[in-house]
Amino acid sequence: MTTIVVGGGPAGLAAAIELRRLGAGRVVVLEREAEPGGVPRHCDHLGFGLLDLHRLLGGPRYAARYAALAERAGVEIRSRTSVTDWAAPMEVGTTSPRGVETISADAIVLATGCRERPRSARLVPGTRPAGVFTTGALQQIVHLQRERVGRRAVVVGAEHVSFSAVLTLAQAGAEAVAMVTEYPAHQTYAPLAWFAAGRRGVPILTGARVAAIRGRDRVDGVDLADVATGARLAIACDTVVFTGDWIPDHELARRGALAMDGASRAPRVDQAGRTSARGVFACGNLVHAAETADVAALGGRGVARGVATFLHTGSWPAPPVHVTCVPPVRWVAPGAIDPGEPLDVFRLRVDEPCANVDLVVAQGTREIWRRRYSALVPNRSIRAEVGGSPALRAEEALIFRIEARS
Amino acid sequence: MLVEAADDVGTGTSKANTAILHTGFDAKPGTLEARLVRRGHALLLEHGPRLGIPIERVGALLVAWTDEQDAALAGIAAKAAENGYAATRRVERDELYRLEPHLGAGAVAALAVPDEHIICPFTTPLALATEAVANGVALRLGAAVERVAQADGAHVLETSAGSVVARWVVNAAGLHADTIDRLFGHDRFTVTPRRGELIVFDKLARPLVRHTILPVPTATTKGVLVAPTVFGNVVLGPTAEDVPDRAATGTTAEGLASLLGKGRRILPELVREEVTATYVGLRAATEHTDYQIAFHADQRYACAGGIRSTGLTASMAIAEHVAQGLRDAGLVLRRRDAFREIRMPNIGEAFPRPYQEPARVAAHPDYGCIVCHCERVTRGEILDAARAPIPARTLDGLRRRTRAAFGRCQGFYCLAEVTRLLAGATGETPARLLRTP
Repeated sequence: MTTIVVGGGPAGLAAAIELRRLGAGRVVVLEREAEPGGVPRHCDHLGFGLLDLHRLLGGPRYAARYAALAERAGVEIRSRTSVTDWAAPMEVGTTSPRGVETISADAIVLATGCRERPRSARLVPGTRPAGVFTTGALQQIVHLQRERVGRRAVVVGAEHVSFSAVLTLAQAGAEAVAMVTEYPAHQTYAPLAWFAAGRRGVPILTGARVAAIRGRDRVDGVDLADVATGARLAIACDTVVFTGDWIPDHELARRGALAMDGASRAPRVDQAGRTSARGVFACGNLVHAAETADVAALGGRGVARGVATFLHTGSWPAPPVHVTCVPPVRWVAPGAIDPGEPLDVFRLRVDEPCANVDLVVAQGTREIWRRRYSALVPNRSIRAEVGGSPALRAEEALIFRIEARS
Repeated sequence: MLVEAADDVGTGTSKANTAILHTGFDAKPGTLEARLVRRGHALLLEHGPRLGIPIERVGALLVAWTDEQDAALAGIAAKAAENGYAATRRVERDELYRLEPHLGAGAVAALAVPDEHIICPFTTPLALATEAVANGVALRLGAAVERVAQADGAHVLETSAGSVVARWVVNAAGLHADTIDRLFGHDRFTVTPRRGELIVFDKLARPLVRHTILPVPTATTKGVLVAPTVFGNVVLGPTAEDVPDRAATGTTAEGLASLLGKGRRILPELVREEVTATYVGLRAATEHTDYQIAFHADQRYACAGGIRSTGLTASMAIAEHVAQGLRDAGLVLRRRDAFREIRMPNIGEAFPRPYQEPARVAAHPDYGCIVCHCERVTRGEILDAARAPIPARTLDGLRRRTRAAFGRCQGFYCLAEVTRLLAGATGETPARLLRTP
């Protein structure tokens, strides 16, 4: 029995390790980069490993540790191996320096992760000079290539990763001259905001967006616009870092015609990580973009149990109950429920800050779960430990909505 | 000698347009432009494949959304025939939606123009320049012509990179053709760039559209189209705005919003897909409605100006026309005995790319080492581009030659590695390539 795991980041490696531990047979991880480990390879700061490895590690060490654990578990890791397309329902085409090949499997786990929307996808107008990066590109230039990036940077976004970008800029000798967020406040934890930005005096410009990027060969400034009034503010800078605004790297999922969730743009999976295609699973930040690496890894570990069961029994459930949401809930993962299994933890995002609200899960008029939240913050992971095994109707969606409390 | 102000060939109007190889069906009959577009279409179809220029015959559908537009289709077909293009065909509503099932609601009918092709706007000028260089043309980049003087019966072009002495001069300076023309004492046209903003959508949008979807043109503009690209994306645009600034290559919030509004009507599912890139093209429009091509035997000077958005299509025909004009003006041109043909590396989706070729990867594992994942660009292609006869010397130059860091992630995954590879292969530092201050 062979399982292919596409993507050697925390989720994919954790899934592969767990599959080996469960005695699921041959496990092949296809990783397109030169080294396995995924995004943590270039997140050179502490904060990794708490929930999954019960220790506190820096990103590169965390990535290396997973790679070592996978090797020890007998996982076959093929790095520099890109999955280019599906060759058949349970077969993928690959390209690597070893050649152009196809590989087939009894189960396939997609763990292709997520990326930040670049400037173009956010439709930020202006010229197209050099000096515009995503955090991902910034971190690789600074931490993997040990290069400088510029002197004065504007960081677009004020969520966790945005503050990580400020730290990376500081390590590269660049000053963050401002952080910009459309929301009325930053969206990270106060200690991180202070550690990265507050103690350096980096102003967080709230209620503002980037209206234009200026510069010919290299950025020479950005124009900000007040979201409410449209008032403009010009800031001189030579670097702009677009942070957060995650999107699943879902090309392979979509080319495989898997059912997708329109809001999260992730393949729709159930509690066990099953997609709409028999034998194909998905986990990690491909299904919830983005959670911290330990959450992604735990997701991978969880999906391994679903894969092992499938390999053992060959059974695949009937079409699931869909999970949808009503604004200001932006998306919910997982986006499907196998009514034959207990409900698990859901993760969701909101579009706007909410204070003193109830998060309600209902099917039709029937309320299934309700919990009070004192604050819901946009761009921040929201956990809903729904649990239980309510009798769900097959044809009707489970809906997540927010109710204001009087 | 080819003298170019920019640091690479094809960086102006040539690279930023809708990348369509036009039949010329809608040109103004009887104009030089109409004739050269038609001839250029044939020449690029003949030479493009051997030069390695990605070209795809997708055909166009000129869609009428109102009865009034429907009534105009017959006239457009008649004009096409007058331009020597008789293969247009009326497509009724039901067939139109069979051909383009994702088209927005409300289309009435269409005119099919089966010979409209899409073409690679990056490879085309690079291929022509590379073949020129392979056959003895000296290419001087970064040489902006600033003054022209006469000495010993020759022109002396003072450029930003030293002077160039030439017996004959051909002005093909695009957006700056009027400036050069004035250096030769002529004042017959002024370039007022027509700015067009365009949006490139994700490759996942490509299955939504088969043909180039054209609007029925109005008196002032050809309108906004939706077209597949040879890279497997879908482009929406252009807007049309006359701008005084020849360097006004910035997009605007209004322009992009207007395009999305039009796109939503033409192909509603398109605007739900992710945007890969936005860009601006400046067409070298003048106060005249035709190309401004003139010969001055006495001055040993030819001017090929006012080449508008059709220039990509007409390029080879313009060259043929200019060569004939120079011959007529007394320049002796002899055909080379040993003409060296070149072939550019393919960067089009309709033809095999290195990562898809087992034999190539087996022979050279660098072609199996994908560095830019979104566009599937290999280490081998990046190194080739850095060593090409006209090498990639900048990241933008590399993007135009290979598509590296040009895809949906815009370098989230690969920018650092691509920069490192190009730096290693060219001797530049990563900081210089990134223009780090």
